[in-house]
Order: sequence, then C-alpha cells, then structure tokens
Amino acid sequence: MLAALIIVFREVIEAGLIIGIVLAATRVVAYRGWWIGGGVAAGTLGACIIAVFAGALTAAFAGFGQELFNAAILGVAVMMLTWHNVWMASHGSEIVAEMKAAGEAVVTGKSTLLALAVVVGVAVLREGFEVVLFLYGIIAAEGGQGTGVFIGGLAGLALGAAVSALTYFGLLKIPSRYLFAVTSVMIAFLAAGLAAQAIAFLEQANAITVLGNILWDSSDILSDTSLLGRILHTLIGYTDRPTGMQGLAYLATLAVMYGLMKVAAPTRQEVSYRR
Amino acid sequence: MSMVSKRAAALMAFSVLLFCCYGVPQAGAQEVALTITIKNHRFQPAEIKAPAGKPIKLTVKNEDPTPEEFESKALRVEKVIAGNSEGVFNLRPLQPGRYRFVGEYNEATAQGHLVVE
Repeated sequence: MLAALIIVFREVIEAGLIIGIVLAATRVVAYRGWWIGGGVAAGTLGACIIAVFAGALTAAFAGFGQELFNAAILGVAVMMLTWHNVWMASHGSEIVAEMKAAGEAVVTGKSTLLALAVVVGVAVLREGFEVVLFLYGIIAAEGGQGTGVFIGGLAGLALGAAVSALTYFGLLKIPSRYLFAVTSVMIAFLAAGLAAQAIAFLEQANAITVLGNILWDSSDILSDTSLLGRILHTLIGYTDRPTGMQGLAYLATLAVMYGLMKVAAPTRQEVSYRR
Repeated sequence: MSMVSKRAAALMAFSVLLFCCYGVPQAGAQEVALTITIKNHRFQPAEIKAPAGKPIKLTVKNEDPTPEEFESKALRVEKVIAGNSEGVFNLRPLQPGRYRFVGEYNEATAQGHLVVE
C-alpha cells in the first residue's frame, strides 16, 4: 500500500506543482476555477482514453509513438506558458492597477485562462496516463486483494492535490503587487524545464541525435528520481544527466521568453497614457 | 502589440519544433539487437550483456497481463509497455559499465542490469 502511494505520488507531483502555480498566477481572474477545473477534468478523461489505447500508442511511429506524443504535448505546454507570460508582460500593469481600484477583488478582464487550462490539462494527461495504467494493473492482477494497494494509490493522488494546495497558498503569501512577477519567473523556468523534457523524449525516439553528449552527471549528489529532485525537476527543470541539446533548449526557451516579454511590455509612456 | 506578440510566440514555438524535429532517425549499420522479457514482474534475464561502442536496439517484451513502465535513468529511457505487448528502445553507443533498469510499477522485483563490455 505504501509502495503504491509512493509510486502514484511520484507521478502526480509535477502536475500538482503546475496546478498550484497556475492557480496563483490567475489569482484575481474571474471563472478561473471553471477553466482550471475543466483542464483537470479534460486531462483526466484524456488520460483514461490514452490508457485504453496504450498498446496502439506505443506501437505507433515505428515503436516511438509514446515518446513523440509526450514531446508534442510538452511542446504545446511550453507554447501556452510562453503565451501567458508574454500576455502578462503586456497587460500585467493594467491588471495590478485594476486590482488596486477594485480593492483586490476579482478582475473580470480577459486573460490567458484558455492557455493555462491547456497547460493544466496536458500536465494531468501526461502523468495521469501512467497513474491510470498503474492502478488498472493492480485491479487486473490482484482483483479483490488489490484493494489496499488501490487505496494507497488514491492516497498518493490526494497527496498530489495537497502539493497543489501547498504551492498555491504558499504563493499567496507573496504580496499581490509582486505575485505576478514571481509567477512569471516560475512559469519561465517551468517552461524551460518542460522544453528540456521534450528534448529528452525526442532523443529517446532518435528524432534528435545531435548534441547528445552528457553535460554533467550529478546523480550521486541529487538524483532526479528523489523527492527533492522531482520537485526541482518541475520547478527549475533540474536534470541529473542533461544532454547538450537539453541545455540548449532550456536556455533558448528562457531567452526567447525573456525577449518576447521585453518586446510585449508597454513602455512607460504607454502606461501613463493608458492610465 | 498583443496580437503581434502572440504571432511572434506562435512563430517562435513552431520554428523551435521544426528545429527539434530536423534530426534524422539513424539506422545503425552494426546495430546490436537485444531482447528481455518481463514475466511475473521480473526481468528474464535479469542481466544482459552488450558490446561497448555500438548502437543497441533493446526490445522489452511484457508477458504479464499488466502494464509496466520500463525505466532507466542511466540509459536515459522511460516508457510504459502495455500488458502482453512489447516496447522498443534505441540506445546510443555506450561506454563499458553496468546500467541499471527497473520496472517502475513493480520496482521491488523488476530490476535488471545491462552490462556493457
């Protein structure tokens, strides 16, 4: 039972962190609960569907369907996170001004909720797929005797939800005028880490072979399968044995996002004009 | 501005994807084919040997009715293999050494090593 708890928790920790960050980044946006809840629901449904077709997915693309699928949805998540950050760079100051005017009440303006709902959906889909297969395996193999293990798995899921809550309420401790700056930086590093993960899947599928040299091996110091390693893996993209291409993708994502945010940010004149 | 930045973001992301996918899958001329089987949540054989410096095509057959996630940090692979099916892994040429792999769903029993000499 404890083993099942640990396995499931390990799988859902990334999605848990991402949901917490997204909730914080959309703190003042109306209807965000529906959008983000919808993302979780869609991701869960998608995970169940993909689990049913797991065999077909694995066999697709000369046996590398799973890798290419993972890389593709990670790519989508990176794009959506970039869109959100660029949008916030251009509209963030308006939102903060509106928050002040409305006494920090909910802001009704349009936003990037769709992008973030997709990010949440993708995170749940990717890891949920493995959890669904794991739990299915237990039920199929053990029948009634698997109940304890199954409950362990559910407890692991609950712990993942607790990670979301901890992340969210932790971030809310940040004064609201800094909150979006903090979430933007977190989202930038999250996106860079996901881009590096996408590269790992493309390398596994042999779709990328250049710059495959290992940059460093810090698995003895901090394995990225350990709990802290997993958390840092999501938050800053920590990898204990990154390849050159992963490093390049990581830095390129950060650089491109920073550049686009600079371009999108209103100049001082524009800000004072809008006010 | 936001329209432009959205387009720029989409364009940037697309070109990154293109760049990433540009690599060509390589069919190794002297590729070594290896097979291991998962049965009762154990690898058979639990230790396989491979020559150093040659690309390896590793086929993992899962003969259990339940799915298994084949994972090796050392070999940089992870993939779910459905019950009663198989998964293929293309490994780059490796340095001599012992490379550990596990079945993540049953890590207590599903453990093995690839010994490269």
